[in-house]
Amino acid sequence: MKKILVLFSHPKFEKSRANNILVNNIKDKEGVTFHDLYEAYPDFHIDVDAEKELLTKHDIIIWHHPFYWYSCPPLMKQWIDMVLEFDWAYGPNGVALKGKTCLNVITTGGSRELYCSQGSNSFSVNEFLRPFEQTANLCGMTYFPPFAVMGTHLLNDEALKEHAVQYSNLIDLLQKEITLSTFNGCAFLNDIPQLKTL
Amino acid sequence: MTGSILFQAIVFLAGAIICVSIAKRLGLSSVIGYLLAGVLIGPYILGFIGEEGDDILHFAEFGVVMMLFLIGLEIEPKNFWKMRKTILGMGGLQVVGTMLLSYMFFTLLDFDWKVSLVISMAVALSSTAIAMQTIKEKGLMDTTSGSSSFSILLFQDIIVIFMLGALPLLSNATAPSSADNHEEHLNLLDSLPIGFQTLAIILSVVVIVFTGKYLIVPMLRKVAKTGVRELLIAAAFLIVFAISFLMEYVGLSPALGAFLGGVVLSNSEFKHELESTLEPFKNLLLGLFFMAVGASINFIVIAKNPFTIGGILVAIIALKAIVLFITGAIFKLKLDQKLLLTFGLAQIGEFAFVLLSFAFSLNILEQDQMDLMLVITALTMSLTPIIGLINERFILPKVGTKESIKRPMDHVAKSQKIILVGFGHFGSTVGRFLRSYGVEATILDQDSNRVDFLRKMGFEVYYGDATRLDLLESAGIAEAKMLICTVENPSITKQVTKLVKEHYPNVELMVRAKNRYEAYDLLNLGIDNIYRETLDTSLSLAKDVLSKMGFRKYTLNKQVQNFIKYDEDSLRRLAKESKLDENYIFKARKEIEEQEKLLSQDFKRGIVEYDNHWDSEHIRKALEKQNNS
Repeated sequence: MKKILVLFSHPKFEKSRANNILVNNIKDKEGVTFHDLYEAYPDFHIDVDAEKELLTKHDIIIWHHPFYWYSCPPLMKQWIDMVLEFDWAYGPNGVALKGKTCLNVITTGGSRELYCSQGSNSFSVNEFLRPFEQTANLCGMTYFPPFAVMGTHLLNDEALKEHAVQYSNLIDLLQKEITLSTFNGCAFLNDIPQLKTL
Repeated sequence: MTGSILFQAIVFLAGAIICVSIAKRLGLSSVIGYLLAGVLIGPYILGFIGEEGDDILHFAEFGVVMMLFLIGLEIEPKNFWKMRKTILGMGGLQVVGTMLLSYMFFTLLDFDWKVSLVISMAVALSSTAIAMQTIKEKGLMDTTSGSSSFSILLFQDIIVIFMLGALPLLSNATAPSSADNHEEHLNLLDSLPIGFQTLAIILSVVVIVFTGKYLIVPMLRKVAKTGVRELLIAAAFLIVFAISFLMEYVGLSPALGAFLGGVVLSNSEFKHELESTLEPFKNLLLGLFFMAVGASINFIVIAKNPFTIGGILVAIIALKAIVLFITGAIFKLKLDQKLLLTFGLAQIGEFAFVLLSFAFSLNILEQDQMDLMLVITALTMSLTPIIGLINERFILPKVGTKESIKRPMDHVAKSQKIILVGFGHFGSTVGRFLRSYGVEATILDQDSNRVDFLRKMGFEVYYGDATRLDLLESAGIAEAKMLICTVENPSITKQVTKLVKEHYPNVELMVRAKNRYEAYDLLNLGIDNIYRETLDTSLSLAKDVLSKMGFRKYTLNKQVQNFIKYDEDSLRRLAKESKLDENYIFKARKEIEEQEKLLSQDFKRGIVEYDNHWDSEHIRKALEKQNNS
C-alpha cells in the first residue's frame, strides 16, 4: 500500500464549509498522513528538515488547498520555496523526490464552466496549475491530473458530501499501484470511472 | 606672589578654564588651550609661575602615566599581541631613521658627535601625551593611523629605558660624581650587570601580570561588594601608584608599567568603572602637564637667536615628518592615514626633558645647548596641534578618503555600538539574542555577584551604576547608536532615560517598562520605543489557551497582532490623559477606573472574527441573493 501525505493549507480552515467536509472524510484514513500547514506553522517558520523527512517517508504527495487568485495560499508557496531545496529536490544531486507521485486537490468558488477560454476566468484549471505541474516534473515526480471540487459557492452540504466520498475513494485508489495511463487522458481525477464504481 | 599653593592652584585652574573654553569655542583641540594658558601664566608674560614650573612638570607627568594606564585598559592582551609586529617594525624604523637623519643634521651644524647623538636620541622620541590626547579627542584610536601612532609611541616608551642606560657611557666627566646628583636615576638596575637587568625587567612584567590577575581583580571585587564608591576611587589610585613605584624602583618607565597594568585589567569587569574613575583626574593632570610645557618655553633664549632656533625647529619637524611618512609608506598606510601619522608625531616629546637634563648632569651637554633644545622641544610640542589643525582643515579634505565613511556592510554588527543596561533575566535574553547576530553589546550591570557569574559564562559584562553620566560616557555613549534599558526598577529606568535624552539626544532609547503606568510615564518623557513586559507574554499564554481549546493557530496569531496594535494605540491615547492627574492618592482608584475603561472599550470579538479574508461565505450569500432575484 502506497503511503499518502496530504499537505493541507487553508488560512481560515475554521470558516471553510467545503474543506471541512472534504478533510473530515480522509484525514484519519489508514496510510494517510494529514499535515495541516497553517496549524503547524502559524508564523510561517517552516521546519525544513522535518518537512523533508516527512516527504521521504511517503510515496504520494497531495497539495490540498483552496484555489485563491488562481494559485495556492501563501504558506503553501512558502513551503514549496523552502522545502524543495536545490540538490535535494532538484539539481544534479537532487533526487530525493524522484519516482514519487504528486497531485493537487483544490476547491474553487467558480464552477468548471467559468474556467475555459469563453468563461470569465479565460483559462482552464489545468492551465492555471502549470507551475505545480512543472515543479513536480523538475523534482522527477509523476504529476497526476487534479481532483477539483468546483463551484463550491453554489454546492449544498449534500453535494459536498458526495465529493467528499469521491475524495476518499480517490485515496483508496491511489493507495493501490496505479499509473498515469489509468486515467485515460482525463483532465480531472473527478471524472475517472473508477471513483464512481467504487 | 607665587608662594602659596592655593594661589598657584587658582592660577592654573583659572588659566585652564579660560583658555581651554576659548579654544574649544573656536573648535580647536584642548591641548592648544592648555599650552596657551601655560605661556600666559608663565614667567615671560604674566609671571605667575616662575622656577617651580619644572617641579610642576615633573608632578604632572603623572598624567601621562594615568593616560597610558587608561589606554592599556582599552587594549586587550590578545590585541596587544597582534600589534607586536607594528610595534617593533614601525617603532624601530621610526626611531632608527629619525636618529640617523638628525645625527647627520647636527654634525653638519658642527656639534660634537656625542652631543649630536644625545640630541638625536631626544629628537627621535615623540610626545605620547600630546599625540595620544589628540588621537583620543578626535576618536582616531581605531583607525590605522591611530594604532600605528600608538605602536610607535609604545616602542619609544620601551627604547627610552635603553637610551637612559646608555647615556652614562657617553659621559665626559667621571660618571659617578655627576650621577650622584640624580637620585631618581640611581635605581636597582644600575647596580646590576646587564643580564640581571634584563631578568629584572622580565620579572617586573611578570609581577604586574600576576598581581593584576590574582591580587588586583579579587581586591576590586571585595571593594565593589562594600558598595562604598570612594573606596573604588582609592583602589584605582592605589593600583596606578603601586605600579609606578615598582617601575621606578627597577628603573623602568612608569608609563610603560602603567600601560601593562592597564592591559592586564582590560579583561576584567572593572574596566569601565576604572576608566570613569580615573578619566577626570587624568585629564586634569594632563592639562597641568601641557600648561607646564607652555610655561617652560624660554622666550629669552628665543629672543637671543630667533633664526637659529626657527631653522632648527623647522628642520627637526621636517625630518621627523619625512621619516614618519616613509615608515607609513613602508607599512602600506593609505595617504590620509600617513598624513595623520606624520603630522601627529612630528614633535619632540616629554622624554626629551628627562634625557636632556640627565645628559646635562653627565656633562655631555652644555647649558646653552640644553636650553636651546628644551625650547625647541616645547615649541615642537606647542606646534603639533596647530600643524594637525592645518592638516585637518586644508590638506585632508583634498586627499579625500576618511576611514570612517567607507565601511563594508558586513561590519554592520561591529560598527554600531549598542549599550545594554541591566543584565537580569530580561536583559540577558536581549543580550543573548543580539549576540546570536554577532552584536556584542556593551553591558552595564549593578550587581557585582551577577557580573562575576556571567563573566564565567563568557559574557562581556561590566560593573557599574548606569545613572552616572561619566560611567555611560566611558562605556561609549557618545558613539553609541542605541541604548537598551532593561532595568527592573522604574525609578532607575526613568533616571537613565532622562539622563541620556538630555545629554545624548541622538542615542536611540529602547526601554523595558514594567506595566502600563510605567509606560505612561516613559511616553510622557518623550520615549517612543517602549516594551511592556506584561504585554507579549500574557498574550502568548492566552493564545496557547485558546489554541488548546481548538481555535486555529494562524487566526490566533493574527488576532494577537491586532490586539497588540489596539492596545498600543489605546496606551498612547491614555498616556496623554494620565498626565493631567498625577496625584498618588488617587492612583489605586484610577487604576480600577482605567481597567474598567479598557474592558468596556475592548474589542470583544475583534477584527479577525469579522474580516472576510479567505472566507467565501459572503460571496456565497451574495450569489444566492443574485440567483433568487
